[in-house]
Amino acid sequence: MELSFQTVMSQVMLGLNNGVFYAILSLGLAVIFGLLNIVNFVHGALYMLGAYVALLGYTMLGPLIGKPDFHLNYWAALIVAPLVVGLLGIGVERAMLRRLRKFDHLYGLLLTFGLALIIQGVFTNYFNVSGDAYDAKPEALEGAVNLGFMLFPKYRLWVIVISLLVCFGTWFVIERTKLGSYLRAGTENPELVKAFGVNVPLMITLTYGYGVALAAFAGVLAAPIYSVSPVMGSEMIITVFAVVVIGGMGSIMGSIITGLLLGMVEGFTKVVYAPASSTVIFLIMVVVLLVKPTGLFGRES
Amino acid sequence: MNRLVWIALIILGLLAPYVVYPVFMMKLLCFALFALAFNLLLGYTGLLSFGHAAFFGSASYITGHLVRNSGLTPELGVLGGTLFAGLLGYVVGSLAIRRQGIYFAMVTLALAQIVYFIALKAPFTGGEDGLQGIPRGFLFGLIDLNRVYVVSGRPLGLNLYYFVFAMFCLGFWIIHRTIHSPFGQVLKGIRENEPRAISLGYRVDRFKLMAFVISAAMAGLAGATKSLVFQLSSLTDVSWHTSGEVVLMTLLGGVGTVLGPLVGAFTVVTLQSKLSSVGSWITVIIGGIFVVCVLVFRRGFVGELARLLKRSL
Repeated sequence: MELSFQTVMSQVMLGLNNGVFYAILSLGLAVIFGLLNIVNFVHGALYMLGAYVALLGYTMLGPLIGKPDFHLNYWAALIVAPLVVGLLGIGVERAMLRRLRKFDHLYGLLLTFGLALIIQGVFTNYFNVSGDAYDAKPEALEGAVNLGFMLFPKYRLWVIVISLLVCFGTWFVIERTKLGSYLRAGTENPELVKAFGVNVPLMITLTYGYGVALAAFAGVLAAPIYSVSPVMGSEMIITVFAVVVIGGMGSIMGSIITGLLLGMVEGFTKVVYAPASSTVIFLIMVVVLLVKPTGLFGRES
Repeated sequence: MNRLVWIALIILGLLAPYVVYPVFMMKLLCFALFALAFNLLLGYTGLLSFGHAAFFGSASYITGHLVRNSGLTPELGVLGGTLFAGLLGYVVGSLAIRRQGIYFAMVTLALAQIVYFIALKAPFTGGEDGLQGIPRGFLFGLIDLNRVYVVSGRPLGLNLYYFVFAMFCLGFWIIHRTIHSPFGQVLKGIRENEPRAISLGYRVDRFKLMAFVISAAMAGLAGATKSLVFQLSSLTDVSWHTSGEVVLMTLLGGVGTVLGPLVGAFTVVTLQSKLSSVGSWITVIIGGIFVVCVLVFRRGFVGELARLLKRSL
């Protein structure tokens, strides 16, 4: 097969586009895991929920509040969806996850799995499994940009840029600011941090809220690219789990970089041997387990 | 447990098809065996596998293929499916035990997803359609598993039922023997305190892997039998929904109890058949049960009962 520089680069760029989603989602999982010690299975469902907030805000919110002309536009959805989902997450943390703190971590996984089933089930009942198109993509992001080696859709470029900003912004806050130092200290030794007068339970709640808000943010970004469907989250979350196993959840930067790289590898595989592109991440996981069982950036606790 | 309870259960199983719809009963037995196999891992070794559908489903496909396309007799087909699941269990287990706790669950889920992709894409699995019209055939080449007897006006496929019941008893017996052997005691030791088991000189990884293989093979036995009952192997059998369902059955019945998975499978299978009219709301209900179970009912039915009676069941 002819491997021109252009085909490879365009697939790798599209792969990077997937990669930023992996990065945001695995970053959220890592932040949540660090402080709450649970694997947030509902992350995929909340990513889907974020996309639906954008879609329904555009199509149904107006008629629902009696103003048929009102549409929640894309930019507003980017703010509203994370807020809605973040608040929901805060509720879930306060009402449910908090009660599980003294039990085995596996219960957190099972509880969030149940929540994922509920959310996915509800949306499957009301919406088409094959998905609906979100056509409120802002005009400013229509068209393509010339990157020198290829024409790249402007919207996808925006997704890559804003996602990287969010990811590295989060990294910066956690690793370089005072607030982040509380967070990291809480990850290491919550009891001690409590003794210093930091409100650790509040910190945990807000961290969970922020983590799931990230998932919703990714969902809104994804809405104009992929079709919005009730199963978009469950497909995503299993891949992200593999990403997380490969990278290890110990490091924020690690999970970002792993997500980006794997997205590009996936894109590259599409050019070389397309049928393997849906499994390549899982196969890499197998190799990593064989070679470095703790994950690329992992520390085994 | 009391010998009388066992005898009562066996008699109940033998008489059941005369009272209950046999297909329902057979579905129940298959899923109960699946849950029992899963419980060997979660309840007695402390390992949460989130990919057990891979073994259940792949055995179902292999058996279906052997019986339908290679023309093997059903018992050889089931044997083939079970062995394949065991082998797959060895591969998946060897990889998964390299990580602990929460990562173990994610690794098994991700590996099971590879099996799902293969089932979706491979040429011999029938893709979205699955393998349909799997013949039941003649057991040992002699006994017709399709044969229907008319008992007091009801047509009953008793040959098939007793074959399924025999497979269930075989699987239950193997799991029960495993749990109550010195090997099973070591597994419980690992569950309770892994570092101590290591310092006592046990090669913990080997024990975990062995438990994983047995559990996978028995899940395979359940899936293989299921493919003969429904004459179908489908993507549902290998999907993560099925992996989640078996977790729920075990959790609901009581993790780490002998009878819990039976009770859990009974509850979930009954719910599914009673609520088949609500369509996909069933997913919501299953999810709701999960949440309630984890929040307030972590011991499950049998576990709570055992606590009330102050004895182990």
